[in-house]
Amino acid sequence: MNDFRLPLGEAAEAVIAVITEVLGGFFAVVRAVFAGLYDLVDLVLAAPPFWAIIVVIAVLGYAARGWRLAVGIVVGLLVIVGVGQWDNAMDSLALVLVASAIAIVIAIPIGVLAARSDVASKIIRPILDFMQTMPAFVYLIPALILFRVGVVPGIVATIVFAMAPGVRLTELGIRGVDREVVEAGHAFGSSPWRILRQVQLPLAMPSIMAGVNQVIMLSLSMVVIAGMVGAGGLGGEVVQSLTRIDVGLGFEAGLSVVILAIILDRITGALGARRRTSRSTRERSTDVPAPADPVAAPSSVPA
Amino acid sequence: MIDTPALEVHHLTKFFGRKPREALEQLRSGATRDELAPLGTAAVIDADFTVRQGEIFVVMGLSGSGKSTLIRMLNGLLEATDGGVTVMGEQIAGIPAKRLRQIRRRHVSMVFQHFALLPHRTVLENAAYGLEIQGVASAERRERAERILDRVGLGGWGDKMPAELSGGMQQRVGLARALAADTDILLMDEAFSALDPLIRREMQEQLVELQHELGKTIVFITHDLNEAMYLGDRIAVMRDGRIVQLGTAEEILTEPADDYVAQFVRDVDRARVLTAGNVMEAPRAVVVASAGPRAALRTMRDLQTSMVFVVGAGRRLLGVAHDRDVLRLVQRGERSLDRVISDDHPVVRAGEHLSELFESAVESQLPLAVVDDDGRLLGAVPRVTLLAALGNVSTDTGEPAAVETPATIPVDVITETLHRTAAMQVAAEVADAVRSDAAERSPA
Repeated sequence: MNDFRLPLGEAAEAVIAVITEVLGGFFAVVRAVFAGLYDLVDLVLAAPPFWAIIVVIAVLGYAARGWRLAVGIVVGLLVIVGVGQWDNAMDSLALVLVASAIAIVIAIPIGVLAARSDVASKIIRPILDFMQTMPAFVYLIPALILFRVGVVPGIVATIVFAMAPGVRLTELGIRGVDREVVEAGHAFGSSPWRILRQVQLPLAMPSIMAGVNQVIMLSLSMVVIAGMVGAGGLGGEVVQSLTRIDVGLGFEAGLSVVILAIILDRITGALGARRRTSRSTRERSTDVPAPADPVAAPSSVPA
Repeated sequence: MIDTPALEVHHLTKFFGRKPREALEQLRSGATRDELAPLGTAAVIDADFTVRQGEIFVVMGLSGSGKSTLIRMLNGLLEATDGGVTVMGEQIAGIPAKRLRQIRRRHVSMVFQHFALLPHRTVLENAAYGLEIQGVASAERRERAERILDRVGLGGWGDKMPAELSGGMQQRVGLARALAADTDILLMDEAFSALDPLIRREMQEQLVELQHELGKTIVFITHDLNEAMYLGDRIAVMRDGRIVQLGTAEEILTEPADDYVAQFVRDVDRARVLTAGNVMEAPRAVVVASAGPRAALRTMRDLQTSMVFVVGAGRRLLGVAHDRDVLRLVQRGERSLDRVISDDHPVVRAGEHLSELFESAVESQLPLAVVDDDGRLLGAVPRVTLLAALGNVSTDTGEPAAVETPATIPVDVITETLHRTAAMQVAAEVADAVRSDAAERSPA
């Protein structure tokens, strides 16, 4: 072979250097905001006694799905307490919640944009592919340069890595809304913004909630990797056990990640499925006189 | 103001493709739809018609004929490639989106084939949707929507979700939503096509009823000619993007513009299109009441029939007289027909569809008497005519189908009776005729 080589790596370095130079102040602000959010959530989760948090999460689980999930949550969280990973688990949970919340806030509008414009969709799709398939460690490098060691590069890398399904499923959900129903909105003189708010978003909600669920699950899988840049939490434990070849610690921290993942998945998954019927059941409970023919509640409304 | 047409459509063309201008030029120079296929699809070509206020205008065509594209240009959901649409006097091509939305809110609502209800809202909220967008206050729109739901037969269902309703009921909600918006024009896109036949029939009848009551202008799209014929005051038949015929149901049925329409019309349910007035024949066995029994008997003898229609002043139908009864009167020397006029024969209005005549035709052997709104005898529909009309056998072949109720008394007997009683009757009859003639004129 000859000496020819595409200087893509140098280019990426140059870009990051310029960004650091020009947007340094901006990143300082972002860093402060993210760190502040994380500290706030972490305080809320870590300050109360563990049993109080367990009760709150169990109640959430009960509301979302029923007593079985509530029991499962209590057992699972007690296992985490039992292996001494409670504080780390709460740190990781805080990181996941902050990162997912930000990822969702960014992802949904982008998904809406992609659904409304074919051009935007064509531009956004390869970017999402890039974000999702690029090895997650790679994000850590510029994130480290821009945000220095700590929890913030972990959050940023998590957001980038986890955002894609949120965008994709939002776009899919909105494009999947019955065209005739959207047309009806137009035909009655509704504005596009109003159609989005009153028709498209509510009808796309099951798909959007599936996206939210995916974002949270991906965030959790990034937790371990974020541990490598000093984000601490369960990820930090896993990284530590790897460096020490400590099978026991690795298993305990890993199991805690799995338990958190299952709990988050079940709660958010149930929310997505419930949204479709919640309204009809609510309407019925406040129903004054029973109409002539009481029809049984539908198990689900066809989207 | 009332004379403003609801919709005016001028040379409306819609072309889906990359080079609309080129396509338009080719269309103008007479290219067919197939010739344009490489460039794209000419969905609607040079449609030109006017919809009057308060009429049901049906656009009929098979799938792919461009009717759905056409209706979507009427409220600007699709932009015309060429030509223009005027809604209640206002041209809508190229106007700002905001103004177009205002026109939709005020003038044009729509009913969709698959109902297009908001599945996450209750029936009442769906019915009130148009009002909500118009900015009507919550309490008022609730009240108005409830009233319309009652009207379409869904009173008490307002708190249900659409998915809890059957297809027919969901479309009633769709109809209620459009009616509640209280626009001048209703666009109905294959509105009843997804419903099963019984429900469809019911909805069609209800729509006609509502239209009479509310006087809305309705543009109805369908691929079902029977539906078109039943609903439409006027029908536009579309084929390959062009309107091939525009006319009333009777015109299309009796004078199809080309082979395509003719072929279509062959399968139509004529009983729901043709009316008694369309198929009736001139009644021949008719006597004026004042002419008396002898004249009635003579008419029956000459026509070889057992009954005559008896009419009063101004051809108002009084009833029928049967030969046996009249013969008895003549034998007894009575001079008035009054005692034997019976009204147990079937009478129908000229506007009634053939489908509504069968029951009467089954119940009685007599021809159906066809009268106008004032009860004047216009014609008669013998059973054979009814059958001929259904079988698309022309009923105006020149030779009238002389099918009268067969005489039950031999001609000789009648003639003999008339002769026998003539001497004693003739003088009285003349006097009688003069007197009643005078009486008939005086009240008028």
